[in-house]
Amino acid sequence: MALISEGRFIEDEWRHLAEEEDLPKSGKLIVSQKRLGEAVASRPLDRALGVIVANTANPAELAPYFARLSLIAVAFPAFADGRGFSLARLLRRAGFGGELRASGRIVADQAIHARQCGFDTIEIPHDLAMRQNEAQWAKALAAYSGTYQEGYGTRGSILERRRKAGS
Amino acid sequence: MTAHDPNQARRPNSPTTTYLYDNYDAAFVRERVSEFREQVRRRLAGATTEDEFRPFRLMNGLYLQLHAYMLRVAIPYGVLTARQMRRLAEIADKWDKGYGHFTTRQNLQFNWPKLADVPDILEALADVEMHAIQTSGNCIRNVTADHFAGVAADEHEDPRPTAEFLRQWSSLHPEFSFLPRKFKIAVSGADEDRAAIKVHDIGLRIVRGPDSEPGYQVVAGGGLGRSPFVGKLVREFLPREDLLAYLEAILRVYNRFGRRDNKYKARIKILVHETGLDQIKAEIESEFAAMDRSPFAHDAEEFARIASYFAPPPYETLPAHSATLEAAKKENRAFAAFAEVNISPHKVDGYAIVTVSLKPIGGIPGDATSAQMRALAEASEKFGFGELRVSHEQNIILPHVKKDDLHALWKMLEPAGLATANAGLLTDIISCPGLDYCSLATARSIPIAQAISRRFQDPERQRLIGKLGIKISGCINACGHHHVGAIGILGLEKKGRESYQITLGGDPSLSASIGELLGPGVSADQVADVIEHIVDFYLSERRGDERFIDTWRRLGHARFKDAVRREGEYGADI
Repeated sequence: MALISEGRFIEDEWRHLAEEEDLPKSGKLIVSQKRLGEAVASRPLDRALGVIVANTANPAELAPYFARLSLIAVAFPAFADGRGFSLARLLRRAGFGGELRASGRIVADQAIHARQCGFDTIEIPHDLAMRQNEAQWAKALAAYSGTYQEGYGTRGSILERRRKAGS
Repeated sequence: MTAHDPNQARRPNSPTTTYLYDNYDAAFVRERVSEFREQVRRRLAGATTEDEFRPFRLMNGLYLQLHAYMLRVAIPYGVLTARQMRRLAEIADKWDKGYGHFTTRQNLQFNWPKLADVPDILEALADVEMHAIQTSGNCIRNVTADHFAGVAADEHEDPRPTAEFLRQWSSLHPEFSFLPRKFKIAVSGADEDRAAIKVHDIGLRIVRGPDSEPGYQVVAGGGLGRSPFVGKLVREFLPREDLLAYLEAILRVYNRFGRRDNKYKARIKILVHETGLDQIKAEIESEFAAMDRSPFAHDAEEFARIASYFAPPPYETLPAHSATLEAAKKENRAFAAFAEVNISPHKVDGYAIVTVSLKPIGGIPGDATSAQMRALAEASEKFGFGELRVSHEQNIILPHVKKDDLHALWKMLEPAGLATANAGLLTDIISCPGLDYCSLATARSIPIAQAISRRFQDPERQRLIGKLGIKISGCINACGHHHVGAIGILGLEKKGRESYQITLGGDPSLSASIGELLGPGVSADQVADVIEHIVDFYLSERRGDERFIDTWRRLGHARFKDAVRREGEYGADI
């Protein structure tokens, strides 16, 4: 797996825990939603915890864990399945402030979509990262100087900039 | 807006009649071209697989068809300037085979571009404030509107500002670019619905609220395809300032819960149908209530900014009656027929709306050569403030022509093959490209349209029959809108042979209905015969100037079925 943040390939400090694996005491761990309860109960509070959820997850069921979670990864079963983008928006709306990660075969052309919907990082399989290198991701992310939608991303929409320039 | 903002479009001294890009819009479209150029480069270099490339080429209007790529250019809400029309002609000559095809969704298709040329074509479009953004793919498609917008005598409010507002909002939407399926929005602001809003994923009808504040009636879940549905009312009145927020609520519910297991059940119409209207309304309203609406706080101002571009052109003060027109009609019978059939009432006295038919007898519905595009551009400059419209009936509109000028206009259109007097009549057939071009098609559509057109070519007979919409699709995806044709024709393949199903009673307007099947399919060479039997039966039964659809509704489907079955003894196997 390769990890991308703001168009750059970065070191991943997190490790996905395999289903059959016992919960280790140390390290930054991403567990499945099924094992979230177990992990929260058994991990010491100072140990970072993350969860990977399906793109059909209900944000209300995750909200009680927000305070304990440093990372939520949203699985993209296929890059053209856009449910994860809506889920990211809903998790942010519900108040999750930690790292939001898109996990799957996401392509460079979706870098903007992911960022604007609230994802911090994108995790892609190795073979895809070999074809679509850092330069391509950086270029794709910088493709637009502005976008129209209000309330997406932190850079201010075209509508907002128009208004500020005109006032 | 001040003169100090370098990003605002420089306004010409006279008011504009259509939207002009400011620097933000212009940069966005340019950046889209650069992005696509890079996407093509990566595809050709092997960094992107065809599967990964597909959604992005589709969202830039590029299809892989039967013989070649096809590029579908957006004509947002059907509005074209003379300059833009000329550019389309140039593209047709330089990169295609000298013609283009106007579609049923206010788009223009070029059938023969090469992949490597497409970024240059998009650049040439960007030069004239055009693009091919979201004319395909599982995203919010090019927003369509009444082609008589701003000029129709029965209009309450011009739908173009709303459509432009939505064009911007839907462009590269980060959350709604990977929907379960395509998503089509249409807007209408007149008594008569010429935008077919009830057969769109979302239909917006501009209405006034209880205190006469502007807003919309919102219809959702309409659509054609293999399971046709008439859209259902989800909001009786939506205040204008809530439009974007409310549409986002609908799209979010659809993006999360629309089916993704079967592409034929993935449109919002299936979600609405399977969830139930009350439940889906409750889900939309609950999402709408939960949203943070602060980002939309200034939408009314932005709407007003956009609306200010759509000023009426400098009309002259004229009498409603034109003696020049009446004299010319008496003098020239062919012109008189054109003036009778292809003219619609304009809201300003002394002016008329002209429909230029792209349905010559025996021609390909919606096709125009580059020479015809240039002739239309010139005609619009000479007689219509340089403005053109494209209708979903695949015709071109000159929205404001002085009645006094109609004869001169006709004389200009006639030699270009653009004076066919059949707007709204039987030979004004809507047809998809069918098996001659399309990789999805199961049967040919164009030759069927041509055969019917030739059979009914007598203009007297057409005028006697009156308004009658025939719509032809070459497969179950229904791009030719056959479900809402008063007479609909669907081409299928049965045991290796083309077979055509005929439906009656479809209606795309506010009284929308889906056509009912007449019987088993007939072969290609029988279609025109069957249509003739249906039409003859209608003529023998109609009362006064009753429209086909009204006769059909009064008599009932069974009577038509019986009549055609009896006639079938003469040859048609139905």
